[in-house]
Amino acid sequence: MTQHSNVLFRFAAPQAFYGLAGRLWPWMAALATALGVWGLWMGMFVAPADFQQGQAYRIIYVHVPASWMSMIIYLAMAFWALLGLTFNTRLSGMMNRALAPTGAMFAFLSLWTGALWGKPMWGTWWVWDARLTSELILFFLYLGFMGLTASIDDPRRADKAGGLLALVGAINVPVIYFSVRWWNTLHQGASVSVTQGSSMAQTMLWAMLLMALSFWLYAIAIALYRIRTLILEREKHTLWVEAELRPEGGAR
Amino acid sequence: MAVIRRDVSLALRRKNEIMTSVFFFVVVASLFPLGIGPEMNTLRLIAPGVLWVGALLASLLSLGRLFAGDHQDGTLEQMVLSSASLPGLVGAKILAHWLLSGLPLVILSPVLALQFDLNAQAIEVLMATLLLGTPLLSLIGAVGAALTLGVRGADVLLSLLVLPLYVPALVFGAGAVQAQTAGLGASAHLSILAAMLLVAAVFSPWACASALRIALE
Repeated sequence: MTQHSNVLFRFAAPQAFYGLAGRLWPWMAALATALGVWGLWMGMFVAPADFQQGQAYRIIYVHVPASWMSMIIYLAMAFWALLGLTFNTRLSGMMNRALAPTGAMFAFLSLWTGALWGKPMWGTWWVWDARLTSELILFFLYLGFMGLTASIDDPRRADKAGGLLALVGAINVPVIYFSVRWWNTLHQGASVSVTQGSSMAQTMLWAMLLMALSFWLYAIAIALYRIRTLILEREKHTLWVEAELRPEGGAR
Repeated sequence: MAVIRRDVSLALRRKNEIMTSVFFFVVVASLFPLGIGPEMNTLRLIAPGVLWVGALLASLLSLGRLFAGDHQDGTLEQMVLSSASLPGLVGAKILAHWLLSGLPLVILSPVLALQFDLNAQAIEVLMATLLLGTPLLSLIGAVGAALTLGVRGADVLLSLLVLPLYVPALVFGAGAVQAQTAGLGASAHLSILAAMLLVAAVFSPWACASALRIALE
């Protein structure tokens, strides 16, 4: 147990994590690209056309994984926030700030592809469906987090305030989702259901899982890349950063 | 208790601050018929939503002052340092905020509801939802106010943080009145609002207190 936690806590130090992130992110990025290309190829060419929706359904291979990621990243942020506020680790706050733009990007991507998908299928860019609305609010939560952390000058305070906000938001997300769902069912009798049939073709499912995995790895890669910059910025007063950035020395 | 009395009497000596948010509520609610047209059927339909959004914005308007004054003159720091429990003190401040900015809206709402031609039962339900809902707004908003204390551009940021979190209160608050007019009965909505209020009353002062500690450390 002690051995295990030692390994974990070693990488909680920004300097150690900087090295680890530097070694990991190119692999993650390469894997994400490979899986993404494979998944897109499966989705665009191998998977059959949907018998109801024709070719247009293929946007699902971007839309659904993006929606998943936008939610998973918020959960990850809440997790790091809890960790940061309990153990007072510096890295957790940086992790959150590295994750938030990616989460916001995925939320936006999900809304955008959803609109593009909705137009040919339902004949409208936007419906006030429960999922669409809660995704929109999730997007607002990301923007709020980024706005709050960006406008506090002291980085430690920004991290803690952002962490608290992420936790409050995480408690609220399920409440918002269910309230919007109930609101919707009360108002519109014939609401459009986004739920797909559960009987998806095997290849479709595989393509979607590949895309989800690819997005996942992309999110990790970009967050690691971003956190390296954040670490350098925060630790710029230390000797190791100076050594790292000196033109002739350093690992990179 | 002392904190409540102090906050209330301080605010009563600067009446215009309370009146600002009350008048804001009245003006917003009166603008909607002008924008939408005097069709009574439409107005009756949108009344709950309009009044609720108006109450929500009015409560947001006064949130910025919840901690700012005490922060400027150092009272807040003394509260953090004092031996009394900080969540308790913060809870008292939130209660005072509600008495000053939420309760006037509840009292005023029937008059505005008459402008929208709501019937007596709907007005009763509307008042009940606002009575349960405005303290909920104060409790949720206080967390945002504590987080943005002394931050650049705090007012705009506060609305960005708090408005998404207001969604459930708005949905059930306005939904209750609509359910009542649709003949479904509002008790389910009211129960959920009350449940959310109780949960917020437990967690919000505590979250506020830790936000204030972060802001003042």
